[in-house]
Amino acid sequence: MQRRTFLTLAAWLVGTTSLTRATVIHNRVPWAPHPNSAPEMVRPGPWQFFTLDEARAMEAIVDRIIPPDPETPGGKIAGCAVFIDRQLKGPYGSNQGHYTLGPHTKGTQEQGPQSALTHAELYRNALAALDKHCKSTQAGKSFAELEAAAQDDVLRKLESGEVKFETVDAKGFFSALLKDVPEGFFADPIHGGNIDMVGWKMIGFPGIRYDYRDWVNRHNERYPHPPVSIAGRADWTPAKS
Amino acid sequence: MARKLPRKDVVIVGLGWTGSIMAYELADAGLDLIAIERGPWRNTATDYPPGYAADELRYRIRHELFLSPSQTTFTFRHKMSEAALPIRSWGAFMPPNGVGGGGVHWNAETWRFLPSDFVLKTHLTERYGVNFLPEDMTIQDWGVTYDELEPHYDKFEYLCGTSGQAGNIKGTIMDGGNPFEGPRARAYPNPPQDQPFGHALFGKAARDLGYKPFPQPSGNMSRPYQNPLGVRLGPCTYCGFCEWFGCGNYSKASPQTTVLPALVRKPNFTARDNSEVTRINVDSSGKRATGVTFVDAAGDEWEQPADLVVLSAYTIFNVQLLLLSGIGKAYDPAANTGVIGRNFTHQTTSDVVSFFDPAKFVFNPFIASGAIGMCIDEFNGDNFDHGPHGFVGGGYMGHVQTNGRPIETTPVPPGTPLWGAAWKKAVKENYQSAIKPGTGVHGSMYSYRDVYVDLDPAYKDRFNRPLVRITMDFHDNEIKQNKFLTDKFAEIFQAMGAKQVHKEYRKAPYDITKYQTTHLCGGAIMGSDPTTSALNRFLQSWDVPNLFVLGASAFPQNAGYNPTGTVAALAYWTADAIRSKYLKNPGQLINA
Repeated sequence: MQRRTFLTLAAWLVGTTSLTRATVIHNRVPWAPHPNSAPEMVRPGPWQFFTLDEARAMEAIVDRIIPPDPETPGGKIAGCAVFIDRQLKGPYGSNQGHYTLGPHTKGTQEQGPQSALTHAELYRNALAALDKHCKSTQAGKSFAELEAAAQDDVLRKLESGEVKFETVDAKGFFSALLKDVPEGFFADPIHGGNIDMVGWKMIGFPGIRYDYRDWVNRHNERYPHPPVSIAGRADWTPAKS
Repeated sequence: MARKLPRKDVVIVGLGWTGSIMAYELADAGLDLIAIERGPWRNTATDYPPGYAADELRYRIRHELFLSPSQTTFTFRHKMSEAALPIRSWGAFMPPNGVGGGGVHWNAETWRFLPSDFVLKTHLTERYGVNFLPEDMTIQDWGVTYDELEPHYDKFEYLCGTSGQAGNIKGTIMDGGNPFEGPRARAYPNPPQDQPFGHALFGKAARDLGYKPFPQPSGNMSRPYQNPLGVRLGPCTYCGFCEWFGCGNYSKASPQTTVLPALVRKPNFTARDNSEVTRINVDSSGKRATGVTFVDAAGDEWEQPADLVVLSAYTIFNVQLLLLSGIGKAYDPAANTGVIGRNFTHQTTSDVVSFFDPAKFVFNPFIASGAIGMCIDEFNGDNFDHGPHGFVGGGYMGHVQTNGRPIETTPVPPGTPLWGAAWKKAVKENYQSAIKPGTGVHGSMYSYRDVYVDLDPAYKDRFNRPLVRITMDFHDNEIKQNKFLTDKFAEIFQAMGAKQVHKEYRKAPYDITKYQTTHLCGGAIMGSDPTTSALNRFLQSWDVPNLFVLGASAFPQNAGYNPTGTVAALAYWTADAIRSKYLKNPGQLINA
């Protein structure tokens, strides 16, 4: 093996694994906690990936994918755009861990996605194209400025393939939205979406309550307790004075 | 130039289930051994504590415990005439990574194969005649019988504390167990897990239809357990975060919760983590392995000399290392010669998603464990007459709902829009009253001449080594089998009182993006003829007698069960052969 390969490898490992040393385990268990094992909490605050215009469009989009209703907030209040913002800023956005070497050749559908674009690039390009499309067809208005019915109409045309973008696969962008927005609605709130566990409350998912031994044999009885997140529950956590 | 480490008696490549079992058995025999593992060391206490192990996004959706395709992946095509393209993110299967391997994040569904599965070619030919089999099907007998493996299955079940109901003890059929299973010497070490509402309902409906349902054998503890190595496991809490997750409660059998605590105390055992074996070294004769070469996390290359090499990586990486090391003749499907890469198989799974009246049914789908469920085995293997149906093979089927995690498990009736108010309403209405089994129909996939793996000519991994190329598609036999099984499965949900039953058949062409299972099998198969198998019946290489290759890569074809029970039984079988035969007289154990 050539030295150049080793240098590339070493750089790759430093960048992608939490344990960069190989360890020898003999006569003991290495009990030191995995240094990066605890989850990272998403904090509220400014947009980290989206520009203000992109964020406005995304908040409108997530509220059409999951609209508000009288009982449950929609995607915007639930934090789905914040969730996607933090995901795109992080390893998901840069396709970390994926196989990214070329050549990038389009194959059959069953061979899976082969695009050279990262998720972050997909969103950046598609949101720019969406903005351009809306302004040219909707009397200069951006997606966020449209009425809900008109927004739905645009999204339906992306879904069906009727609207195509020049720079990026519009239908592929819509598929990404259908995956990413519900993730933001149902993932643990520590990732920035599902604020106040609204997605879990809607369906009756108790979160990470962990022990159901008292309920496994209570057949056809609705589990009564409200959800718990990895960060606990607000009403369990005393407020700082 | 690789630096050379001191010689060991044994080097073990990969520290998952098979590597851990073999390491324990050989350390117990007094050998000085080292295990080299590509991924990190993992501890139950520090790596997946219950406080945050239940993170669906992190583990299920983003695959944190798995190998990442940037480390290495595979290329895929359906036919030899097609161009193979790389799998850029995991889809149909997900290779494990790290100490414990797939044993960390498996469901713990712990099956034995049927006695007829081990003599498949002989059995089917005798029952139906040789012309009944499709012309290009390449199924084979294993070279080992169920009766020979029985003590080794037993040993694994007692290591794991398997929870289950025996169906056949020494030939006596036991009420409530699987009447089709091969005779076992004794009962499971633990009783079955408790069954939530939906699973109990499935059991009743199946009984009403004349089947013999039984609880799935499970490596999730139904009660506290201490195994024969003195390692203790705790009772399962039905948290619903088993599959894809590490169990922080010490209640799912894994190498960490059963064998590693005893193994690391052996002074003659050493492990190296974050180190990837890049080849098996052989001497100038090509008939003797001299050890392995590996690269550590700093990128430094090392040579580990050893008298005995045990290859115990994941299925397809075993095959890759054999191909890259030039051990055994590579399979050529055109000429139908060679052995490394042949009889590669996956699985034919399908599902039935059922919708019940929300006013009458509350299933609490989040109350679950990895292997909780009620199953029937009437349509597995050759448990039914295939004559009228025109296919061979089968599978167990069951309501095995492993979770209600809401990113993955929010089924809506077919025809519902994929987004918007109607979708949201349907998710809300159906979450508690729909059933989407994690395991539905778990079908076999038999082997074919044109389904195989070899080295890809175009794409490389980060070491500049060729990726493994998968050439695979479903054949008519598997499609017919799946249609038949799925229809039978759906009848049970109808009998449970579902208002709508949606059948999700497995269809051709094979789709690398749709998750089935991680049960890849074959490629370095065992058998009795060196021209059609890479290994003899003791999983010893025909070409290099001081090399043993463990794992599902040895399966000549895939049966209709989860493989881990059989993978582990074979590891114990091989360990026994090494201890009782090979060490006394190192060399080829079978003269072909």
